[in-house]
Amino acid sequence: MLIKTLLNTLLMAAVAIAIPGVINRLRARMAGRKGAPFFQHLRDARLLAAKGSVYSDTTTLLFRVAPAVYLGAAAVALLFIPVADLEPLISFEGDIICFAYTLALARAALVLAAMDTGSSFEGMGASREALYGALVEPALMIGFATLAMFCGYTSFAEIFAVKQSFDLHLTLVMLLAAYLFLRITFVEAGRMPVEDPRTHLELTMIHEVMCLDYSGIDMLMIRLGGWLKTAAFAMIAADAAATVTCFRWWFATPLAILLTGVSVAVVESTQARNKLSRNTTFMVTLSALAALIFFIGYLLQLDINI
Amino acid sequence: MARYITIDNTSPAVPLAEIPDEHYGAVYDDLADRLAQERYHMAHYFAREEGDRLRFYAILLDDSSRKIMITSFAMGYHDEGPLPSLTALRPAMHPFERDITERYGVRFDAMPWDKPLRLPFDRRDRRASVGNYPFYTIEGDSLHEVNVGPIHAGIIEPGAFRFICNGETVLHLEIALGYQHRGLERQFTAADNRLRQAVLAETAAGDTAAANATAFAEAVEKLAGHTPPEGLVRERAAALELERMAMHIADTGALSMDVGYQLGQVACEALRTMTINTTQAWCGNRFAKGLIRPFGTNKPLTAEKTDMIRRNVAEIVRRYDEVRHDIKSSPTLLARYEQCGVVPRSEMLRIGGVGMAARASGVERDIRTSHPSGIFSRQIAHESIVKRHGDVMARLMMRCREVLQSAGYIDRILASHRPDTSAPRPDYVRPLAPDALAVGLVEAWRGELCHVAVTNAAGRIADYRIKDPSIHNWLALALAVRGEGISDFPICNKSFNLSYCGHDL
Repeated sequence: MLIKTLLNTLLMAAVAIAIPGVINRLRARMAGRKGAPFFQHLRDARLLAAKGSVYSDTTTLLFRVAPAVYLGAAAVALLFIPVADLEPLISFEGDIICFAYTLALARAALVLAAMDTGSSFEGMGASREALYGALVEPALMIGFATLAMFCGYTSFAEIFAVKQSFDLHLTLVMLLAAYLFLRITFVEAGRMPVEDPRTHLELTMIHEVMCLDYSGIDMLMIRLGGWLKTAAFAMIAADAAATVTCFRWWFATPLAILLTGVSVAVVESTQARNKLSRNTTFMVTLSALAALIFFIGYLLQLDINI
Repeated sequence: MARYITIDNTSPAVPLAEIPDEHYGAVYDDLADRLAQERYHMAHYFAREEGDRLRFYAILLDDSSRKIMITSFAMGYHDEGPLPSLTALRPAMHPFERDITERYGVRFDAMPWDKPLRLPFDRRDRRASVGNYPFYTIEGDSLHEVNVGPIHAGIIEPGAFRFICNGETVLHLEIALGYQHRGLERQFTAADNRLRQAVLAETAAGDTAAANATAFAEAVEKLAGHTPPEGLVRERAAALELERMAMHIADTGALSMDVGYQLGQVACEALRTMTINTTQAWCGNRFAKGLIRPFGTNKPLTAEKTDMIRRNVAEIVRRYDEVRHDIKSSPTLLARYEQCGVVPRSEMLRIGGVGMAARASGVERDIRTSHPSGIFSRQIAHESIVKRHGDVMARLMMRCREVLQSAGYIDRILASHRPDTSAPRPDYVRPLAPDALAVGLVEAWRGELCHVAVTNAAGRIADYRIKDPSIHNWLALALAVRGEGISDFPICNKSFNLSYCGHDL
């Protein structure tokens, strides 16, 4: 029992560390470059940890607290997520809702901190982040509702407790849900086509521009928070896919890493990012997709012949 | 009607005494009339001190008859009376009048945008500085200002961009430059050292070194009444077209990078390196510095170098064409580039846009066609590529097409090139015509580049004026982003890729 929980937590941490490495390696390969080592991002993290922080005179306590809130919220959210047949550390009735709003708290903390700097860049970033956060929420909630409807539970641990017996309808809906959560991962992780994490152009940034004033350990906390958040979503997508295929932790873990890592790297190498105004369409489309999956699932559950 | 002396781009220097001395009223009426017609545009309009007089020179280009028309008028150096502003009627004149006001304190009546241009060290009004630039403001609760620069992320040059936005939409952009001012024009007259002057010309804009050096060499050769030999003309043309290729390829990569298209970016970066390395293999410098000198060359093309360049160019074009094809067939890229940053033809004409950006908006301004010199007046009849849409895509496709065209020219030029073992060496001491004015007019990769050299009675260069094409096109960028999302500013900016130091001199 305890072993399962411990292993679950360690695997989630491993996923969080592995995904940026996979993305960076694969993207470099696709560009025909040698690329940085797999664990370069960890070395960068160590570098940030060793650096001091600089604070602008205009900022208040809010600005200093926000990175800790962000990292804390992301870490708590991560602890809700089971790795296939293992058990998460925290689990209670309705934790899928709690998961969504813990992450919303993280986002709210950063948005407020960005406003706190008084910089026009960061204000712009905060406005974009708030808008896209609000737009992606329906997709997320309807996606969770689909899971809850099929399994009859409102906790990740119970939804992903057992492998579902084979059922074509269920398989179809779960795979679609996995696809939906993968797309949401793109948004939440701030990757292409929604946002270009490599760009140096402040005017085009969303999440990145909110963190321009952070340095040292604060920056590190935001980075770590981002990795944990990405891992949480990647694992939900992998769980949804694994629950109808091979529901074992040794399958779900690499699936989470590769599904997100490879798809992000391929998209970032071969596509242009969206025009900013198109992001809205992109996210509303996600909500529409989520609603479609929900209703397909609902009709299939009624077991009418379609 | 004002009188003009009419020459073309291959004529020798004009003696100052032969340039008509008009009254401002006549010049004003005539220019207002002519600049309303599409066939005319201003190559340069500047003032210089002549004793106790301030003499204005207007160098007007007639695109349809290949003529360069020069006239002048003078006012007392200490005259304070305002002149009616031409800018008020013809906005294309605005950088010239701003420059004259800034340098000499000449007041233009009803000048609509009377702001410092580049804040030179010898400006008339020392109170004006980068700290108190009079930015345009709009009042309104729903509006916000975003200031970008003058120091930017990355490695670009300094310049301040002030946006007035309504949410994500840009209502107005004002661009304040001058941070790169080095007093370049004044340096030309500091010492009568032709080599030093040639090197100065190359540094006017580092990415346009070959074009600036060519314009300088042409101006000096015209002052000496010298026609460069065939072989030299070929080599200069090849260097200029190589520079055009390199910069257009680099910009294709930069535009790919700004929309996050990694494959296009890395492919173009590699090709651009190949191109500038070709230049380096020829002359030892990747930006062709030291290659073009008046009257001769230190780096004559040998048979091996000719073959090397032709081989490399063929390979670059083959690979670049694949990139071009990928860009054109990628929906995510087209969604970013098309209908973004549109400058309509009428606007481009009004503000006097030049070069590649103007041609992308359907305005055919191309010195190689309208005022050919060098190889374009002899072997190659250049046909300009013109696009209609005036958006980022049009400017990008303009670049793609021009790269292919330039590669074709290089191949043609070098195919018939006979390596000349007795290529002339540069001559830095040849006497120049006294009291004369010469124009070096070259189509650089950004557009029309105009160097004007004026000599004194001793045959020394007494005044040197450079007009970089960017000076016209910065306004086009400001117009392009109106109504666009502010997040699309970077790709609009890259699609023009204007020069800061060329503007600031």
